[in-house]
This record gives sequence, structure tokens and C-alpha cells, in this order.
Amino acid sequence: MLFSRLRGPSLAVLTCALGALSLSACATTGDAAPKTQTASAAPASKDRTMAPGLDGWANQDPYPSTYRGLPRQDMAIVGATVLTGAGQKIQNGVVVVTDGRIVAVGGADTPVPAGHQVVDARGRYVTPGIIDIHSHLGVYPSPGVQGMSDGNEATNPNTAQVWAEHSIWPQDPGFNTARAGGVTTMQILPGSANLFGGRGVTLRNVPSVTMQGMKFPNAPYGLKMACGENPSRVYGSRNQSPATGMGNVAGYRAAFIAARDYKDKWDKWRETGQGTPPTRNLQLETLAGVLDGSVLIQNHCYRADEMAVMLDVAKEFGYKITTFHHAVEAYKVAPLLAREGVCAAMWTGWWGFKMEALDGIEENAALTDAPEGSCAVIHSDDAELIQRLNQEAAAALSAGRRAGMNIAEEHAISWITLNAAKSIGIDKETGSLENGKRADVVIWSADPFSIYARADQVFIDGGLAYDRANPAFQPVSDFELGQPGFGQAAVGVAQGAR
Amino acid sequence: MRINTLLAGAVAAIALAGPALAQDVAITGGRVLTGTSVIENGTVVIRGGKVVSVGTGAAPAGLRVIDARGKVVAPGFVAVDSGLAGTEVGSVRGTNDLANRANTLTAAFDLSYGLDPWSFTLPVARLGGVTRAVVTPQHGGSGGGHSHDDSDFAGAGAGGYQTPGLFAGQAAVIKLGGSDILVKPRVAMTAPFGEAGATVAGGARGAEFVLFKETLAETRLYARNKAAYDRAALRDLSLSRADLEALIPVAEGRMPLIVTVNRAADIRQVLRLAREEGVKVILDGAAEGWLVADEIAAAKVPVLLHPLTNLPSNFEMRAARMQNAAALNAAGVVIAIKGNEGGAHRARDLRYNAGNAVSHGLPFAAAIQAITVNPARIFGFDGQFGELKPGAAGDVVVWSGDPLEPLSQPSAVLIDGVEQPLQARNLLLRDRYRTGGEGAMPPAYGN
Repeated sequence: MLFSRLRGPSLAVLTCALGALSLSACATTGDAAPKTQTASAAPASKDRTMAPGLDGWANQDPYPSTYRGLPRQDMAIVGATVLTGAGQKIQNGVVVVTDGRIVAVGGADTPVPAGHQVVDARGRYVTPGIIDIHSHLGVYPSPGVQGMSDGNEATNPNTAQVWAEHSIWPQDPGFNTARAGGVTTMQILPGSANLFGGRGVTLRNVPSVTMQGMKFPNAPYGLKMACGENPSRVYGSRNQSPATGMGNVAGYRAAFIAARDYKDKWDKWRETGQGTPPTRNLQLETLAGVLDGSVLIQNHCYRADEMAVMLDVAKEFGYKITTFHHAVEAYKVAPLLAREGVCAAMWTGWWGFKMEALDGIEENAALTDAPEGSCAVIHSDDAELIQRLNQEAAAALSAGRRAGMNIAEEHAISWITLNAAKSIGIDKETGSLENGKRADVVIWSADPFSIYARADQVFIDGGLAYDRANPAFQPVSDFELGQPGFGQAAVGVAQGAR
Repeated sequence: MRINTLLAGAVAAIALAGPALAQDVAITGGRVLTGTSVIENGTVVIRGGKVVSVGTGAAPAGLRVIDARGKVVAPGFVAVDSGLAGTEVGSVRGTNDLANRANTLTAAFDLSYGLDPWSFTLPVARLGGVTRAVVTPQHGGSGGGHSHDDSDFAGAGAGGYQTPGLFAGQAAVIKLGGSDILVKPRVAMTAPFGEAGATVAGGARGAEFVLFKETLAETRLYARNKAAYDRAALRDLSLSRADLEALIPVAEGRMPLIVTVNRAADIRQVLRLAREEGVKVILDGAAEGWLVADEIAAAKVPVLLHPLTNLPSNFEMRAARMQNAAALNAAGVVIAIKGNEGGAHRARDLRYNAGNAVSHGLPFAAAIQAITVNPARIFGFDGQFGELKPGAAGDVVVWSGDPLEPLSQPSAVLIDGVEQPLQARNLLLRDRYRTGGEGAMPPAYGN
């Protein structure tokens, strides 16, 4: 019940999630938190118990994860070059997985416990599972037809009340192709038409009939906010506010004023039991979650100057921005972002498609990564790019080296692993090959920074979720069954391996 | 340090603006990919802007030498289905000269008039090893207008553009150096088929094919009766005179027609249409091409493809596979690999797309051909560029390693024998902010 836990020591957990380098410190903070709801969050007396569904604080996880994990086997992956995601590169390494968790990572002399299956990865590379913090898989699925276009509730500049998880179509074949690219975890966000687009959801990339079956247990929610051209264009074209950047900011401020008021009224009622609580308002409830730190801000914001304004808005209302997404100009304010402890998620190759993307440079991640305390992330926002985040990181690494920067591969891999985990608040659980973490592991056919590298095996919580050589571990979505090409090999490749 | 940076910036700015001179040069010691073969420790000699020899001998005395030891020497890549020099900022309509939205002029639309040699897309693409491009009109279905977080609102066809006519206009070939970039205008006609083409005709594929045949018939009627047309003694024709004129070489099989089509069933109909009408076609997209690879090969029809297309984005791509390039190549189809996103801002991804085709079964040599020799041949420039052989243009790129690898970078780019500056607006931005942008003076003083 992380959601409950976050209510109490939320700032500590949040700070930890935002980039404390010491993972053990993070774990300690989290574990020290009470496992049950804090006193302030729980109804203290019977007269404060409301009818089901009317008190948002009473049940903060109404669509709970039913994720079980795939069948798993204790194993030791041996002989590979291991990039831990936490900065280490181990030649001829050993990664030991017991009951779905990493229990040892080390050199060739690392003991393999009895009864563990030995996975020979000689000549290959091992990394943590890739994490994409900005995906629309499931909400903008394939096929991308009108009836499936479920990612943007573009009906009001503020739709903080909507939850992307209620739009997700788990049969999107894109989940399968992303997994074949090594992606084990994704944050699915609603689109960017609105100032407040709604809550995102973090998923384990396992095939499932239901969204709940994919939901990452206890991952914090993220609220998608959007700066810039999208909201002002969408609503301006309807002769409605916001039509400008200043209209955007006025909209954020008005919403947080209302949220403060709403939260204060609920807090007072819960503390004193006096009066009548306000009628539950889903929009304000999400924003109140931002104010108490339990809902992380995932802010679509391209331009450096707009990021600086958003940081001020956050200070005005006392909340924290966790990550700027599409931060095309992050490199222009890299020291500021590092000081504020905000992650910046970027592309490498995208630029020029609109004015706020004009100054996109391939060196963005490398430059943003440079200051002490920074948190550079590479994201996709795209069903094709998500399949090749390793290549996007490789191009970013290459650009950084072209600029004369000395960046190691074992560092650059963090842009799509540990930093990504930090930027959505799950780095305690995944993002690196370190003891105690979920065994989300990719065995690559070659150096993942090579264009020719393919994910050979992908493990999620120690369960084999994809095997490039074995059609039995190449899931096929219901939509794909019986479609043209189904079951036919294209150049010797069986069905399922798109 | 500061002064050095300033000077470097100033020099770069001049290099971007000023014309460079062709030099006779020898590139020695590298692993030479000629486009069709590999020569270890090779020597490429360029004189008067053209390749004069490719072999293993020593450099001729007195020639300037580019030392490529430990490096890879390759022909400049040829981008097909590209938007280079035809657009600057995707969402700024005034910069887009790739799509014409009037129905009074469709086939006759000649984008070569709108090409900008000073486009900042060109130096960026050069840094990705691209030296020539087939600039192609963009239409719904061509994919040229898609741009992720903008796509929700494009609202005008799959690609964000909508072409009102059966034809989207005529492509041109450019080079990515100098102020006269136009190599040849009107090298091919373009037309959307499949869903996008059906939309133009009213919604159904059956309408589009009939309309297309009728249009060719009218073109031929016009071609036979120009005098009668001029004195208004011919029945009314659905297209303008300019469009009819533009279509004559298509109807006569002299100008290739780039047909954007993805569904296997549609590909077969297009092949049949081409056979029945005597039209020379180039397939563009062909996401389901592998299902009918033998038929495409038998028809001797080349394919321009995007090898990363592997999702059923719509109902005409349900069989899309990463192995499409490999399967078509194995069947004997001549393929050319495309860049990403309309190939303007992301034309530089061409080499990565080729690399991904390799990791999904396309032989390396075939992948190199698919971005060099094949596109030149498909558009009728066999031996003129896209290949390192005597008589071809001196378009050469020296790479730090395998050009398909992201970790490789070009160390020299020559176009018509003219060494190009390894500079672009994005690198100037990089250098302006590389120290953090928080110095005593605002970054704007840093050039």
C-alpha cells in the first residue's frame, strides 16, 4: 500500500525518488514508513466514515494491481558484460536471481547458489530492463484508428480527473514489440492537449487481459501537465482559454488555488471532524495529491524558459516537479534542473517538427547529464522509438563524445534505466541490477549501444517474458491472431517476432 | 579557451555561408565501401569533382590526401522520399513547400521551385552522411507529416496532410552542398493509394482505381488532341491543362510513378494497374510487401521502404514486419531504405534504419546498396552518384567506423569533391551551452 504510505512521509520518499544517489538510504526511508494508513489519513471516529466512494482518502487505490508475475526460476546469468545501470561495468559478470529478485551481482568469482539454473551469456551483454517513462501504448494503440484513440481527453484545459489506466487497451501489439526491445516497465501517460491531462500509470510489460494485471504494484501516480504549444493551440483554436503561454500559466495557477482550498477543507474535516467535507472532486483530488507529494508531476515542457516558469509555479504553490518531458531545451538550463533536483526526459533525434522543438540537439542528454545531481532520461513518446531506446541512447552518447565529452557506456545506460526509474518514483524497485531489486533483466546479443544488438531474452521479475529464439516466449496479442501474415515466416522468423 | 571557442564559431559561421572550392583529393588507407563492393586499404581519387579511380594504389603525387587509415570510406548516402530543403519547421505551414493543398493543380505541382539551398535541414543531414536526396511531395499516407505529440491534432489524414487530388506532385533530386542544389526536377510523379488514395476519391479503393484509369485515359485523349483542346473542341476533362501535361510522361511510361501503398491486396492491384496501363511504378511504403515479394520481384518494381515499420498502425499494415526489407531483398526486389518522419529533420536516421534492417536479416552489403546505389538506380542516376566508381560524383564520407553504427561519426564529407563543413545550427547551439550557460555574460554573447 505505497499510496497510503506516501501520505505520511511523502516528502522523504519523494526526495528519495527524485534522485538521491544512495539507494540504500531510499530503501531505509521507505521501509521505515508505516505499512498502514497514517493517523491523519484514516477516519479517526465512526462519524467520519462516509459512504463508499465519497471519501477519496479512505481508499486511495480503487483500481488495485492484480499483477502476479510470470513463472520464474532461480538463475545465474554468467559470462556476460554486465552494465548494472548504477554505473558499473563488469566483464565476465554474474547476476544471481532468486525468487524474482537480484541477490548478487559481481565478477566471475561470484558464487552461484545451488539449484540455480545457469544461463550462459558469454559474449553477450546484460543490462537492467529498459524503462520508458513516456509512452502512450494502450491509450494510442495499434491500430491507431478513431475508435481506439483514447489518449487525450481534449474537452477541457483541466482534465486532472481522468486516469490513463481507464483508457488502456492491454491488447495493443505495441506492448509486445516494446518488450522485444528490452522494455520491462513503462509509464503510460495521457496526451498533451491539456494543461492537466490526467494521471498516468506505470505498467509492468507483461501480456495481460486486464490493465490491472499489468499495473506496477505500489508505483506512485504521475500527473501529466503540458506547457507550451499544444494546450494553447488546441483551446486557442476553439476561441477558448488558454490561447497563449500566459493563458497556460494562469490556468495552472487557478487550478492549484482551487486545489489548496479543497485540500485544506478535507484536512480540516479529517483533523477535527467538524462541519461537512466538500463533495469529492476527482479533479481537485488529483491536484491535492500533487500538493501532498503522493502524485508526481510529469510535465511536458520543451523550452528552457518555460521550464523555469513552471519551477516558479511549483514554488508558488508548494509542490515539486518530478520530471520535465520532451525537454528539448534542457541543455540550456542544465545547472538549474540539477539544482532543483528535477529529471529531464529527452529524445536524441527528434527536432524541428514545431517551434518549441526547433532547438533540439543530439547532445541534449549528454549536456543535461553533466552537472552534479542531474537526472537525464531518454524517453520515447512513440510506439516505434520505444522499441529502440538503446539506440536512441547510443546516438546521444555518440553526440556527447563528438562534443569531446568522456562518457562511459556504463554511465549512459542509466539514461534509460536507473534515471528513468528515479524519474517516475520506482527506483527502489527497479532500474538497476542491484541486490534486492526486481529481477528485470535484458540479455543482449551484443553491446546494446550497437545498432545490431537485439534483446535475446527479457526477464521481468525473474520470469522469462521474451525469448528471441523461442516462439513460445514471443507473445501474440488477441488483435494479431489470424490477421494477414499471421503464422507466416518472414525470412525465417516465426510469428510474434515483429 | 573562451576566445578559441569564439573563433571556432566565427570560422564555422563563415564556412556555413560561403562557397567552398572543389579540390582534387585522394582519400587513402580506409576500408572503402564502394556501394557494391568492399576494398580494404583503398584509395579513392577525386578530380574535377568526380571520382576518377577507386583501388588500392598509392595516392597520385601532389594530390591533397585525406588519411582514412582505421576509418571507413563510403559513398554519400541518398535519401529517398525526403523533405530536405522543402520544409523548415514542421508545424509552420509557411515553411512547407512539400504539400500543395489546391485541387486546381495536383500532378503539375513541381516542388523544385520551392527548394531552399540555405535550409538548415541540409547541414544536419550531411552530418548523418546524406549527400543527395530525392525530395518528394508529401501527402496523406506518406507519413511525412507525423510528429508524435503533435499527431493527435493533425486532423488531416494519416500524415497530417491532405492531398486533394489523385496526384501529389513531382519529386526532384538535390545534392546537399553548394547554392545550386537542384540536380534534376520532375524525376517522378507521386500518388497515394490504399486508404489515403481512397480518401481522395471519396472513400473507397474501387473508386480510386477507376478514377485513376479514367485520368490516364483523359491524359492520352488530351495528348492525341492538343490542337482540338486548344480550340475548345474537346470534351471537358477533369484535370487542368497543366496537370494533363504533367501526366503525359507518366501515361507513356517514361516518368516513374511513386505509389504510396502498404496493403498486400493494394500492392497487387497497383502491380496489375501498372501492367495494364503501361505505367512504370515505384512502390513507396509496401509495409505488407513481404507477403507478395515474389510478385513485386517478377514485376521488376522497386520499393522505397521504412524498415522500422512493424506495427499494425492501421488496417492496411496488419502484416508489417521488421523483416520486410530482408524478405523483399531476398526475393530479388530492388529496395531503397528511407529515413524517418518524412526525411527532413530526421534524414540523418537513414543509416540507423539500414542498420536495423541488417539486424533483422538484410545482408550488410544489401543495406549499404539500399542507401547508396539502389536509390540512384531507381531514379535513373545509375553511375552518376551513390557509388564510388570512375565517373560518379565525388560524394564521399569518411567515417570513424561502421557508418550504420550510432557510435560512428563522419570526419569528412565531400560533395562533388567539395569538402563540406562538419557544422550545423545544432552544433552551434551545443557549443553555446556546453559550459552550462550560467557565465557572467548571457549565452547570447557566446556566438
